Amino acid sequence: MKIKIYHIIKILKFGWKNIYLHKLRSSLTILGIVFGVASVIAMLSIGEGASYEAREKIKQLGSNNIIIRSFNPPSPVKTSQTTSFIGIYGLKFEDFQQIKTIPSIEEIVPTWECREDIWSEKGKTTGRIVATYPSFLNVMNLEIEEGRFFTEIELKNSKNVAVIGYSIKKSLFPLGKVVGKRIKIRNYYFKVIGVVKEKAVSLTGTTFESEDINFDVYIPFTTGRIYFGRYEISNKRGPFWRWERNFVEYHRFIVKVSDTSKILTVASYIEKILSRNHRNKDYEILIPLQLLQQAEHTKRIFNIVLGSIAAISLIVGGIGIMNIMLATVTERTREIGIRRAVGAKRRDIINQFVAESVILSSIGGFIGILLGIVIPHIVSKFSGMTTIITFWSIFLSFTISVAVGITFGIYPAKKAANLDPIEALRYE
Amino acid sequence: MNKVIIDLQNIRKIYKLGMVEVEVLKGIDLQIKEGEHISIMGPSGSGKTTLLNIIGCLDKPTSGKYLLKNEKVSEFDDDKLSEIRSKYIGFIFQQFNLIPQLNVIENISLPLYYQGADEKEMREKAIHLAELVGLADRIYHRPSELSGGQQQRVAIARALANDPLIILADEPTGNLDTKTGREIMNLLCKLNEQGKTLLVITHDINIANYSKKIIKLLDGRIVNEN
Repeated sequence: MKIKIYHIIKILKFGWKNIYLHKLRSSLTILGIVFGVASVIAMLSIGEGASYEAREKIKQLGSNNIIIRSFNPPSPVKTSQTTSFIGIYGLKFEDFQQIKTIPSIEEIVPTWECREDIWSEKGKTTGRIVATYPSFLNVMNLEIEEGRFFTEIELKNSKNVAVIGYSIKKSLFPLGKVVGKRIKIRNYYFKVIGVVKEKAVSLTGTTFESEDINFDVYIPFTTGRIYFGRYEISNKRGPFWRWERNFVEYHRFIVKVSDTSKILTVASYIEKILSRNHRNKDYEILIPLQLLQQAEHTKRIFNIVLGSIAAISLIVGGIGIMNIMLATVTERTREIGIRRAVGAKRRDIINQFVAESVILSSIGGFIGILLGIVIPHIVSKFSGMTTIITFWSIFLSFTISVAVGITFGIYPAKKAANLDPIEALRYE
Repeated sequence: MNKVIIDLQNIRKIYKLGMVEVEVLKGIDLQIKEGEHISIMGPSGSGKTTLLNIIGCLDKPTSGKYLLKNEKVSEFDDDKLSEIRSKYIGFIFQQFNLIPQLNVIENISLPLYYQGADEKEMREKAIHLAELVGLADRIYHRPSELSGGQQQRVAIARALANDPLIILADEPTGNLDTKTGREIMNLLCKLNEQGKTLLVITHDINIANYSKKIIKLLDGRIVNEN
């Protein structure tokens, strides 16, 4: 016998009637599914959002890049709280020269950085001064919103030009034109020639220190050398005021590798060179690609854990449905008898009861989807977390809820179908 | 001469109640011809309902041969029996047995639904039958909104929906007052005059007297046929 569409509709209509007849009972039953589906979607969207943030940050570093960063290792000499200190650490010119010779390196861009107050006519903000080369723009995938980045000629002539990050523009020049305006850093004036487009940055830390590059000011490397030199000065608070001066040649090398597959090889060469040149480990090597892979891995585990928690709640919801369907079968024994007497086959009875439990679970699934879309919105509103609702998480959870309806509906339906019609008709 | 549509040969039915075996039917031979109106009478426990269930293909005999329209029904499986019920049998019960959440039309068209009829056909036929039993103005009512007599009329309409070979009525007036019972019997007799074969179980002699043939059942045996 072929199954016709209107038969399915009719079965569903019958099912709906019975469900509607017991509104309270049905709505309590579907709550389990509602929360199950909602939690699947909400959890996956929060997980997806977290990993999206991580990936974005890593992408900012450039997936074909290796980043070598100077860092100041804690050394026993500096333990004295009272004395001021002059130190030396970080990447050196010889490192630069040697790394440059490694094959498959497309580009190596050095930077020198310091935190400074930045003044405009109207106000002041604090940012990071990054003295670098023009190729920094491409290597870091930065985009210019207005104006332009500085050029090789400006670098060669040590021009007082600056390209500012989006947040600096916002706080110093909230309205009006920026390009052509002047900013003051220490006591030197710089002409703003460009603004970098806003980059997504979150405040929650992940595997590496997060940097808000929207607060960066880029100036030509040579200009930086002239005005800021090589000393990094920091004031330390403690029982006594003291300062610390550190000689740093370069803060970062950004190495762009021509081919993604060679990143790890290049990184190992770099490691060899640096470990030969440095007695203390006053540098670190970041491989964004590796971080990206780690982030993907973490995300997978995260999703599995969250997914299984949510799946358990769906199963609990399914058991709730089964429970009610069993009660319904008992309650409607006589109806089953009548249907059998007028010619319903066992199959027809099974179809009817499975249809009812599928309707219950799909309504639950549907409401759960709505709730699952609302919850992440609320979460991101109050916690500032990024949440991303993916189509497949909606699809998956809805499919599972329907599957739960079928699975947990089959046993009660079979029980109904196997009732002896005579017994069923006699049932009070 | 009308042809035989139901032919029971030496039908026995044994129920097992725990360790005890109860022989409810002890060898029934019965033939029903097309267009007949038969009443089955007998005290409770005599096996009337069991006999009716076997004729209606709700139950299978333990032994014996049952031919319905020359088909050997006694050897059919559950699905086949459902098909036979759907095609040839119309049931009327003492407790009306309507489905409470369905309205009159839906109750009447239930047998058609299981035959796989389409929506429009079902609706038209159900309305026609509702008119036939005099409930044209009640088609959207639920059973709980109807009187006993009206409910039994709906049940009769439902029994007619599949154009059955035979209508089996188990104490159709048992839950009704005398006047309403008489109306129901008049309706059934009218249907019989129009050619429907009718088998009525009752222990009320007044109801049995509507029929031309009364079969008396005692202790699982037919004791008197006239």
